[in-house]
Parts: sequence; C-alpha cells; structure tokens
Amino acid sequence: MKLKGMLAAVALVLLGTLAVNTAAKAQDDPGPAYYQKALQGKRVVMVPMAMGFDLAQGWAAYLKREVEGWGGTFETRDPNWDTNAGAQAITDLISGGQKPDVLVVHSPDLNSYSKLLKKAQKEGIYVVLVDNPMNYPADAFVGSDWDRLGQLEAEAVVKGCGENSSKKIGLVQGDAANASSIYQYNGIMKVLDKHPDFKVVAKPFSNWDPTTSRNVTTTMLQQNPDICGIIDFWDGDATGASAAIHDAKLDGKVFLVTTGGGETVDCKALEDGTYGAVVMTDLANQSRDMNAIIKFLLQSGQPAGTSKTYIYTLEKATTKADLKPGTCWDVKSLQAGQY
Amino acid sequence: MARVNFFKNLSQERIVFGLALAVFIACSITLRGFLQTDNLIAIVRSVSVLGILAVGMGIVIIGRGIDLSAVAIMAMSVAWYLQMLQNGVSGGEALALTLAGVVAIGLVNGFMVAYADVPAIFATLASGAFVYGFCRSQLIAQDATPVPAGNWVDELGQIPSRIDQFTQIHLAAIPVEVFFFSGAAFAAFLFLRFTKWGRYVYLMGDNFLAARNMGIPVRPMTVLRYVISALIAFSAGILTASSLHSINVRVVNSTLLYDVILVVVIGGIGLSGGKGGMRNVVVGALLIGIMQNALTILDISNVYQNLIKSTILLIAIMVDSLLNPRDEQTAQQGDI
Repeated sequence: MKLKGMLAAVALVLLGTLAVNTAAKAQDDPGPAYYQKALQGKRVVMVPMAMGFDLAQGWAAYLKREVEGWGGTFETRDPNWDTNAGAQAITDLISGGQKPDVLVVHSPDLNSYSKLLKKAQKEGIYVVLVDNPMNYPADAFVGSDWDRLGQLEAEAVVKGCGENSSKKIGLVQGDAANASSIYQYNGIMKVLDKHPDFKVVAKPFSNWDPTTSRNVTTTMLQQNPDICGIIDFWDGDATGASAAIHDAKLDGKVFLVTTGGGETVDCKALEDGTYGAVVMTDLANQSRDMNAIIKFLLQSGQPAGTSKTYIYTLEKATTKADLKPGTCWDVKSLQAGQY
Repeated sequence: MARVNFFKNLSQERIVFGLALAVFIACSITLRGFLQTDNLIAIVRSVSVLGILAVGMGIVIIGRGIDLSAVAIMAMSVAWYLQMLQNGVSGGEALALTLAGVVAIGLVNGFMVAYADVPAIFATLASGAFVYGFCRSQLIAQDATPVPAGNWVDELGQIPSRIDQFTQIHLAAIPVEVFFFSGAAFAAFLFLRFTKWGRYVYLMGDNFLAARNMGIPVRPMTVLRYVISALIAFSAGILTASSLHSINVRVVNSTLLYDVILVVVIGGIGLSGGKGGMRNVVVGALLIGIMQNALTILDISNVYQNLIKSTILLIAIMVDSLLNPRDEQTAQQGDI
C-alpha cells in the first residue's frame, strides 16, 4: 500500500508539474506570432491623386510609420493630379515583378480606375479606397461620407448666416466628375430642402483652382452683393473665394464655409476670420482606420475582392470658437515623426 | 473694288474687336448687373494675369517663336521664392536668387532656340517641364505655398490706395492687377514701337533670313525675347501670389498656357510672326474676360465654358488662315 501510495503521490506530483508546465505554455499568447506571420514583409503602396497636398502627405507620413512599425514596407507613387499617370502607376504595380499586397488608392473620379482595380483584386491584391469613393466595390473604403460632410457645411452656413440675413447662399463647386464634389452638393441640398427660405443663388465650378474660384466668386458677389454665406468645396481653392470676398469689401459679411485636411493653414484662416467654418478631416483617426483595415485584410484570409467595408471618418464643422491648440496638424512635424 | 477693300481691312483684330463689342452689348442688355462699374473692373482684373502672360507671349510670337515654359516659370519661380522665405532665407537674397533663376531659364530657352537651332516649341516645352519637375521635386514642399504675413508681395494690393493718399485722383477702386496689366502692355508697346530692338523683333518675325542679312544681331535678339518673356512671367506670378496670398503650382497643369496662346492668337497676332501688337493682346484678353464673366453669370459649367472657348479659338484660326493666306514666304520658312 505504502509503495502504491508513494507511486501515486509521485505520479500526482509529476502530473501536476506537467499540468503546470502545459498551462504555462498555454499562457504564451499566440497572437503576436500570428500577427507577425500575417504581416511581416507585406508591401503596401499608396497611389494618391498627388503627393503635393496636405492630406496625402499626412496619410503617407502616418502609414509609413505604422506599416514599417509592423514589419511591412510602404511606398507611394505620385501621379501629380494626372489620371493617366495614376492609371499607369497602378498598371505597373499590378504587372510588376514584386506585386504589392495592398493598394491604397485615392481615386480622381467615380470610374476611371475601376477596371484596373478589379484586375488588381484578381491578382490577389487588396484595394483600399481613401477619401474619394468610386462606383466599384473595393475591399474597403476609408474616408469622408461626402454627403454627410455637405450636410455639415450647409448646417454651418445656415447657422452662420442666421435668421435675420438675406438667406442667399452661393456654392463654389469642384468639378462635375469628382465624387467628393457631387456627393457634397447632394448633402448640401438635402439640408437646404429643410430650410426652404434659404436659396442657392449661384453654383459655379472652380475646377479646384484658386484663381478660378476667385473669379467666379467675384462675379457671384457682383450679381448678388447681399449673399450671406458661401460654401467652397475645398480649402485648396477657397483662398480664391476669400480673396474675392475681401476684394468686394465684404469681410465679415459673407460667412465662408469650406472643407479640408485640417492642416495649420485651416486653423490660421479660422483664427483670422477668413473662413467662418471648416469641416476638417480628422487625419490621425482616418489614417489609423486605414492602418487597421489594412492589418485586418492581411490577417483575415478573405480573398481580395470578396468583401466590402465602409469606414467613414467622424467629422464636424469647426469654427473659431472650437479652436484649441492641437485642433490642426502640421505637415512638417508629422513628417518629422512628432504627433 | 470697295467690297474687296472692305474685306481687306477686315483684319482679325477688327473682327475680334467687333465680336467683343457685340458680346458686350448683348450681355449689357440681357444680363442683370453686367454693366455695373464694379463688374467691368472685375472683368479686367480677372484677365489681368492672363493678359500679362499674353504680353510676354506676344513679344515672343511676334518675333517668330513661342514660349511654352511661361506658366511653369510663373508658378515655380514664385513658389521657390516664397519657399525660401519660409525656410528663413533673407528677403533680398531670396529675390536675387529667384531673379537669377528666372533669367537663367530665359537664357537657356534663348540659347537653345538661337544657337542650337532647336525649334522653339520643343525647346520651351522641354524647359518648362524641366523647371516644373526640378522645382517641384527639389525646391518646394507642397503644391500651395503661402505668402508670409506682412511680406511685400502681400502689400502690392495696397498700392492704389497708397497713391490715393498723395494724389487727389481716386484710384483705390481700381485693383492693382489692372495697373500692372495696363503698365505691362504699355511698356511692351513702347518697346516694340519706339525702340530699335522692338523694330528688330518685327523684322525678324517677318523675314528671319532678310533680317540676318541686314546685319540685325538675330541670335542675341532671340535670346533677349525669351529673357523678357521669363521676367514677365515672373511678374505675373508675383501678382497671382499677391492676390491669392499664396501660389499653387497646380496651375502649371491647368489650361492657363493654352488660354494665353488663345488670347494672343484670337487677338490677331499670327503664329507665323511679324504681325500685330499689344493692342491685339488687350483686345483678345478683353474678349476672353467678357465671355468668362458672362458664362459665369449664366451659371454655365466649366466643361461647356471650355467647349465654347475652344470653338471660338477654332473659328479664329480658320478666319486667320482665310484672311492671311499662307504666302510664298511663310511656305518657305515653315511654321513654328
């Protein structure tokens, strides 16, 4: 009995240690290894409309840090506002020797890249659209809900004009092909339908060019000197509209609303009263969303082109009253890695 | 005979002037607010940068040539200047460097055309692309470069009201761009009409070989024209930056360059050279200004505006070739 008891005790102790050991093994988190296996060495390439403007530089600085942080490689291509050059860059990437694993594409319009991107997905490349939506189901879209953004702009201008104003509004649209311009317009109109006393008196196009924006705004103010608010569809050309307001000596009388990347110039313009309100892109969170969806797709095992996800960035109209240090971001410090 | 004379006198400039007048009258009658002083001033201002560029282009084209690098020089030189200011380079040094760069590009254009015999259209197309590519990739951080607060470029707009303080003439209502445009056109007019070098430009444009045989220093004169064009482009850029408080180099990819050529050609300065003057530039610019203003008042979208502009250019070219048929001389020299 004694021997049996001893043996049993030894066996128990052995089993116990074994159990403890296995438990210790089981406590070793399998996540990081899986994460690393799925992401290590993956190639992410971003093709924006151009690398020369605040948002693209912001996304790129952010993604570069994150992607290299999880062991991937990050590159950009610069089509410099040329749709053909962008298409060429995507073609080269798809047919090149070392295919990227994820394409991050900032599309110039609703359709141009559709065929190319479908081909990319066939090759097993995930396609993440940013900022500008397309008539094509990408694996994910990260950016603004432009319709909602237009509504925010319209609400800001209605508020900025006030009840006792002329209730005349002018729009400076972008162009007739870009989704951000089309959907922004739809959103604005939805809000204005709810405020039937507010009227859009003119809606010229700027073609995203500040000089054109200035000329059309000058004419608009000439025809309707009692305009109380203007929505310019991008801060990249709204400098033109603001110059026209200044030329017409209507500073402070016309409430200018626009949208943009939220770089320091936007805050400065709000500070000095050039812009009444700016619907700013929350760059940090938008870039984080891009990074998260890229990491998700690479780990999901979901073949490219078989799922679609829309991630809209939370936005709000910022006015002078909302300004705080850190409301805007600064390309230089972002590129220097400070954020 | 009278009929023939009438048609002979019907130069393109007159047709365009008549057309501008007709559009102007039609707009005055049909469009509300068109005939207000402020609107008329706005029309001239909206075409003043275009007009200044067309003055430079006009000088080059009259002497038989073309400068396709003008818009690139305009945007990139000013962007580089403002970038240097942002980087903390002192104002004087930055301006000196920029001017040196602008003159250098003009010299390179001129040398390529005059000494290396590269056709102007290719030489300047290439140098424009080079200027854009080099500056954008090496010298400038972003497409849009703001003017630093309190810089003299920002203060340019104050000039008319400053003059007001000294004189009794009320100038503040007229924007500074209008002064610059009329000043540039007038200076170019004096140069072309009353200086020896100006007359040489016409002689060279009319018949290059004869001009050379006469002993005109054709090569240095060609170089001079491209340098003048580059400097005028720089001043147009400064004016743009002054009115928008920033310069956006995306303008290089826009249709501005074609608009400049449109103004010159529509005004009646033939592309084969030797013809026309600053009056043509002013008339051409005004027609474009009136049309753009009217189309904006009518709320016509950009796509249609471009269609209408290009149709008018096509008509102008056809009328030009009907009125100024190619003669033996042009046929021998070939086009630019």
